[in-house]
Order: sequence, then structure tokens, then C-alpha cells
Amino acid sequence: MLTYTLRRLLFAIPTLLVISFIIFALLDLSPGDPTANLPMTIPPEVREKIRESLGLGQPFHIRYLLWMQQFFINEPLNLLEKWTGWTIGDGNRLRVISWQTRSPVVDLIVQRLPQTLWVVGLAYLIGVLIAIPLGVISAYRQYSWIDQFATLFSMIGFSVPTFFTGLALIVIFSVKLQWLPTIYDTNLRVTDAHTFWLQIKQMIMPVSVLALYNAAQISRYMRAAMLDNLSQDYVRTARAKGMSERSVLLVHVLRNSLIPVVTVIALGVPTIFGGAIITEQIFRVNGLGQLLISGIQSADMPLVQTLTFIFAVLIVFFNLIADVLYGILDPRIRYD
Amino acid sequence: MKLRHLLTGAAIAALIATTGGAPAFAERGADGQVNLLYWQAVSIMTPYLSNGTKDLQAASLVIEPLARYNEKGDLEPFLVEDIPTVENGGVSKDLLTITWKLKEGLLWSDGTPVTADDAVFTWQYCTHPDGGCAQISNFSDVTNVEAVDPRTIRITFGVPKPFPYGPLVGGQAPLIQKAQFADCLGPKAPECTKANTYPIGTGPFRVVDFKANDVVTLEANPNYRDPSKPAFATAVIKGGGDPASAARSVLETGEYDFAWNTQVEPEILAQMAAAGKGQILSAFGTLLERLQVNQTDPDPALGAERSTVAHPHPFLTDERVVKALSLAIDREILVETGYGEAGRATCNFIPAPDLNVSPNNDWCLKQDMEGAKKLLDEAGWTEGSDGVREKDGRKLSILYQTSTNSVRQAAQALIKQWWNEIGVEVELRNIDGSVFFGSDPGSPDTLQKFFADVEMYANEFDGTDPEKYLGEWTCGEIPGPDTQWQGGNTSRWCNADFDAALAELAKTAGLDGRAKVIIKANDLIVNSPAVIPLVHRGRLSAAVNSLAGVKMNAWDSELWNAADWYRAK
Repeated sequence: MLTYTLRRLLFAIPTLLVISFIIFALLDLSPGDPTANLPMTIPPEVREKIRESLGLGQPFHIRYLLWMQQFFINEPLNLLEKWTGWTIGDGNRLRVISWQTRSPVVDLIVQRLPQTLWVVGLAYLIGVLIAIPLGVISAYRQYSWIDQFATLFSMIGFSVPTFFTGLALIVIFSVKLQWLPTIYDTNLRVTDAHTFWLQIKQMIMPVSVLALYNAAQISRYMRAAMLDNLSQDYVRTARAKGMSERSVLLVHVLRNSLIPVVTVIALGVPTIFGGAIITEQIFRVNGLGQLLISGIQSADMPLVQTLTFIFAVLIVFFNLIADVLYGILDPRIRYD
Repeated sequence: MKLRHLLTGAAIAALIATTGGAPAFAERGADGQVNLLYWQAVSIMTPYLSNGTKDLQAASLVIEPLARYNEKGDLEPFLVEDIPTVENGGVSKDLLTITWKLKEGLLWSDGTPVTADDAVFTWQYCTHPDGGCAQISNFSDVTNVEAVDPRTIRITFGVPKPFPYGPLVGGQAPLIQKAQFADCLGPKAPECTKANTYPIGTGPFRVVDFKANDVVTLEANPNYRDPSKPAFATAVIKGGGDPASAARSVLETGEYDFAWNTQVEPEILAQMAAAGKGQILSAFGTLLERLQVNQTDPDPALGAERSTVAHPHPFLTDERVVKALSLAIDREILVETGYGEAGRATCNFIPAPDLNVSPNNDWCLKQDMEGAKKLLDEAGWTEGSDGVREKDGRKLSILYQTSTNSVRQAAQALIKQWWNEIGVEVELRNIDGSVFFGSDPGSPDTLQKFFADVEMYANEFDGTDPEKYLGEWTCGEIPGPDTQWQGGNTSRWCNADFDAALAELAKTAGLDGRAKVIIKANDLIVNSPAVIPLVHRGRLSAAVNSLAGVKMNAWDSELWNAADWYRAK
């Protein structure tokens, strides 16, 4: 298992390099101008000057190599300095700077992570916690009213887009009832019971919108996996041996059915870091998803490049985790 | 009974009149927090490196110019004692220098004095040859800025400036502190993250916490020149979302006090305003939604010479055809469906300020289909069997492009319908704003390349004087391959009379004299086949009822008088 993991990790390096190149090339080829959002009163020669000052005058390979140096050497060194307090070299390294905000991209990401993890991560967790029991019950009692309800629930979660559920919740709970805020306050620090309550209040709507969506997807996987297993011979054997329904279901069937579901869940984790672009926008959570979309809108290439590349790293990494987990959960699978 | 009601009403009205004008007990920081919502989140706190209006407005709370435009478009002294003019001797007779005198005892928010050296430095900062200062055109023709004494700033121009209020005036060109930005000159400017996001200023607020593209937290500047202002102790500028939800959080839920740029469909906005929590504010500057009419042939068959002056447009250079197109448009409907309170029908190219508006062009305000058809008949375009007009075997067919934006697409559909009715075939196209307004010379879809027959967008100018703006219509400003498609004359219109009028403007001083020439130039443009003015657009924002003192301003930052804002009790 260890050699397998190591081999996969080593193989990930060229993969990621190729990905970084493709992202850079795609962004470079795509139309878009960082000065397009400037008021029309700014004359073109000034725009040209601004583009030059952003380094856009340099040839493609120079800009790519510069980004590589900034991202793979300067940024890690900078992180190391921050964590350890050492000074390496003169400490005056060029970091990946966002064109729009003129501040280091990594600092922006660090600033955005808490709210994304809180909102999107919690929604994912709640989604999983709803989906697994729901999937188990609706498979065990197939075609019962609870199964019908679960199917309806996941149909809604699947087919109603988050921009609709989000708006519907806002209209009901903020505009009509005035219970919940529509705007997520990223300045809020949880220090006592009151601020904790405020934090909960502002998280309820975005978390439930996303949890509905996540639960809908995962519960269908869970149900299908349970149904596959319930008709297997080993289930009949277990029942014939006189095991209680409870241990048949929760020990034998559930454990086997979880194998594919765990993979699905693990593969979904990187999407948490990608943020939820639409939901973040509606509730102004201003996490990573909003950072990415505002970067794209203003053609902020260093920001988009860095962010997309970090997503790529996470996806490659969680793919590996899913594979390793698969091996641990299913003794039949051996990688070595 | 009725009389008593009337009397109480009158008494209340009188009470409001006496107390409503100004806060009765003005005290700095007495009114708590003011919450502002900018759906385009603030990225940076300096207009010099910003890429959008929102940054400029946020920065206006912190850093200030010598003078600002007020809500009427007149200059108001901010950091200086008065506005220099030729009459009071502040502007030299030869129009080459202007001398500003700083107010006494001005302090930066860190407690150090503001001096003329800071003004000199601001000029050096923005005009540094290796920098990418976005506001450099405010300093055009400036040859020198000097500190005569610590409170006196003298600006010298290379050419006579009949309107010398460009440098260090208006929200685009505020004063920055020399001590803070001294190491941020030229290529180093973008690396000064701390200075760019926590600028030291003279404005009513200073930055406490800055989260880029998310939220800016500010507090009252302890060294602000008026000890009783600002009334608010803290201010928060939250970003993100879209115009509709921004409007909602002020007008319907009342969570925020002020929302910037709430330009949404008028119907939706009116519905939200009906909740009664806040009001919609509008102000009209110089923004004009127009159709630019290509005077050159955009036919793809021409290859590299497409949309260049080498090939005049086959039919859009005919004034009658363009006038017919203009007459077929019902501008009132465009305003009603797309802009509501933030739009007015207009036939002028220079729509404001009032002094400069031509009174001669009202013919297009009323839709006249018959008149339009007659003009096309006169021009020799006759209706073919398919309802599309033809002349010499050529169909009257137009490719009409604009940026992607729901209001613009609705206008496109309406205009297409009206043009179809007079026998003009129309093909519509919309292009993503970042491409259309971007000036990538490699892209075929920019507004400068204009590979279409007509295109719709809005443009405006800073301040109140249109000389530079009109200057974009001279023959020398026509974009083409030899200039990397740069140049403001997107219609590629060239007229000797207009160029002469502009040369006259460059020599004319005095507001009234200039207005005459401006109107003449305006009339030349709107009577040419190069442009069809559509809608004079305003700025639209929303404020809750309890926020008092807001004076919506289209000539400067909308937050220009935030020091005077207070909470109505």
C-alpha cells in the first residue's frame, strides 16, 4: 500500500505540471482584458500602460516560468518563513500578486478559507449525515412512503437550482418573516453565546441550500448501493443463520454498501474548496467561489491561474485518497 | 375635526422643517455604524491602481482631492480655501498656471500635517514613467507641480488650459501622503499592498480592516478637519452579490443603509421600493447610451481593410438612412423598459450639464414611422418582395452588436422590431463585456474594431467639461490597424467643420463662451450619420429612510459628502 501511494504521488507531479501548463495556456488564449472594467473615461494609451505594468507585454513562456517560480518556490518559502519565523535569503521575493487587488493571491485564499470551510464544508457534512440514513431506510423499505418521500426530496434537490432555493429562502425568511439576515458577515468573530447565535443565524440559509443539494445526490448513491447488496446471497445466509435484522442491515449490508459511497464522498471533498459559486454569491458569503468568479470577471489571470491550480492539486490528491480508502474498506482489493 | 388634523399636520411639517435640515446635536461618532453595500466588491483603496469605479468611491471616504464636484456639477473646495479662477487671480491670465491654497491646520489621519509637498508627490507618483497609474489623464499637459510654501501649490501646464481643474480635483485624483507612499513609486506601486489598502488620508474615515473583494471596515478619522463630523463612528462597505439583491437588502429588508448602483429592471425596483423601507436615488451625469454607426465598411470580404477608412460604408454614410433609423426608435419605451428613473430620452450627444446642452435637437424624441419610411424612400431604398428594402441589388441589412447585459438585449430586441417595421433587416449579436470593452488588439470583437454596422454602448466623461470627450471625434482619433485599433472615434467619422470647432474650443475660456462652442460641436455630431443618441442615463442607488444627508452625485464619488451623513431620528 505504501509503495503504491508513493508511486501515485510521484506520478502526480508530471500530471500537475501538465495541468498547470494547460490552465495557463487556456487562460492566456481566452479573451478578456484586465482593464476592461475601468471606466470608459480612461483613455486607451493609459490602459496599454497599465497592461504593461502588469507584465502582459512579456512573451508567454517568460510569464509562465515566472508564475512557476513564484508559485513553486517563492510562495512555499514565504509560508515556511511565516510558520517558523526564519529568514531565508533577503526575504524580498516576488509573490503571486493579484492584478485586481494588488495583494498576494495566497493571502487572499487564506482570508477566504474560513467562511468557505464553514459554510460549504458544513453543508457537505450535513448533506452526508442526512443522505446516509435516508439512503439506508429508503432502500430497506423500498417503495414505502418514506422511500417515496426520499425520492421526492432528492428529485427536488437535484432539479431545483440553488439560485432558486436560495432566493426562495431569502424571500420567506428574510423579506417576509425577517428572521434571518440575507448577507453573511465575514467580520463576525464568535466570542460568546450571542455572537455564536448570530453566526448560526447567518449560516442557516446558505448551509441548508447546499446541504439539500448534497444530500440529494449522495442519498441516491447510498440507496442504489444498499439495493444492490440487499439482494445478495450473503444477506440471505446471514438471515438464515438467525442474525437480527439490525446486525444484518447495519453490520453486513451497510458496510459493504458504503464502499462505493465513500469513494463518491471523497471525490466530492475538493468541490468544498472550490466553494459554491452561486450560493456564495447569493448570500454574499464571499468565499473561494466568489473569489474565483470575481477573478474571472476582471480577467485577473494570476488569481484564476493559482486558484484553479490549487483545485487541480486537491482533486488529484483526493482521487488518491479515494483509491486508498477503497483498498482499506474492501479487503479484496490489493494494490501491491 | 378636519381643521385639527390640518393643524397637527402643519405643526409636524414645521417641526420637520426646523430640525430636518441638519442634525440638531452634531457630535463625531454619535450615530453608530453606517452600512454600505457595493455589489462589485472593493478591491483596493486607491483610484490610482484601481480597475473600477467602486474602488474610487470607497477610497473617497478616506482620501480627498483639493476640490470636488458637488451634486449640481459645481466645484466645491475641500482641502483648499477657495476655487482659483482668473478673476480671483488663482489662475494666471495666460491660462498656464493655477495656484491652490490649502486650508490651515489640515492633518492626515495619522496626525501629521498636510503640506504642498504631498501634492507635488501625488503628481510624481501618478506620472512616474514606469508606473501604470490609471488616472494619469487627470495630469495631462502638467509640466510642473511645485510647493511655493507649505500651504501653496502651483501647477504649471505646457499649453494654455481654459479649464484647469484636472489635476488633484475630483474623486479620480485625490491627495496621497508622501510619507506613506514614498517607496511606492513606479513599478513598486502595486507591491505596496499595505499602503494601497490602508491609505492615510484626510477624509472623514480611515480604514481599520481591509478584506479584498469582500468587506472594508472603517472608523471615524480622529483628525478630520471638522471636529463634529462624521456623525457615524464606523462604516462598513460590504461587497458581493448582484444589483437586485443589493437593492433588496436596502429597500426590502433594511439590513443595509446604502446600496450602490442598483440598476435593475424598473419594474422590480418599483416593487421593492413599495415596501417603504428606503428610497431610490438617481442623479444624472453625462452618461449616454448611444448607437455608434459605422462609417466604414465592416464586410469580412475586405480582409485586413475591414472597418477601415479605406472603404466607406455602402449605405450608413447617407444621413437620410441613419435619420430614418433614429426616427423609428421610440426612446420613451426604451427608458420605460430598461432604465425607469435612471433614464431620459435624448437626441443630444452632450446631455449635461444644462449649460452645455443644445436646445436644437428634439426631432427624434417622438417616434415617427411614416417619416422614417419616407426618408428611406427618398434615399432610393424600395421594399422588396420579402419586406426588406433594397437598392441597386443590395439589401438594407444591419449587423447590430453590443455587450451582454439583459437591459441591452431587451433594447436590441425592441429596436430590431422597429427597424424591421420600416423594412430594415437586422441581425443581433452580443459580446461579453470583458471582451467588448477590453482593448485586446487581437480580438475581433472589441468596440474599437467595430466589425459590425451599428453598436450600442454607453460612454461619459469625468467632470463637467467635455473638451477631451469631444476630442475623440476628430479625424485623427479614428482607430485602425496602424494605431493597433486605438482611438476614441469608433464611428470613424471625419468632418473638417467639427475639427475646426474643437480647435476653437481649445482657445476659448469662460464657461458661457465654451458652452456656445460645445453646443455647436454637439449639433455637428448629432446631425451627422455617425451616431444615434438613445438614452441619457443616470446613476441609481438606494438608501434607507433613516439615512439622512445623502446627496446623490453623478459628477464625483457618490460618497462625496459622507462626512455630512447622519442618522435621522
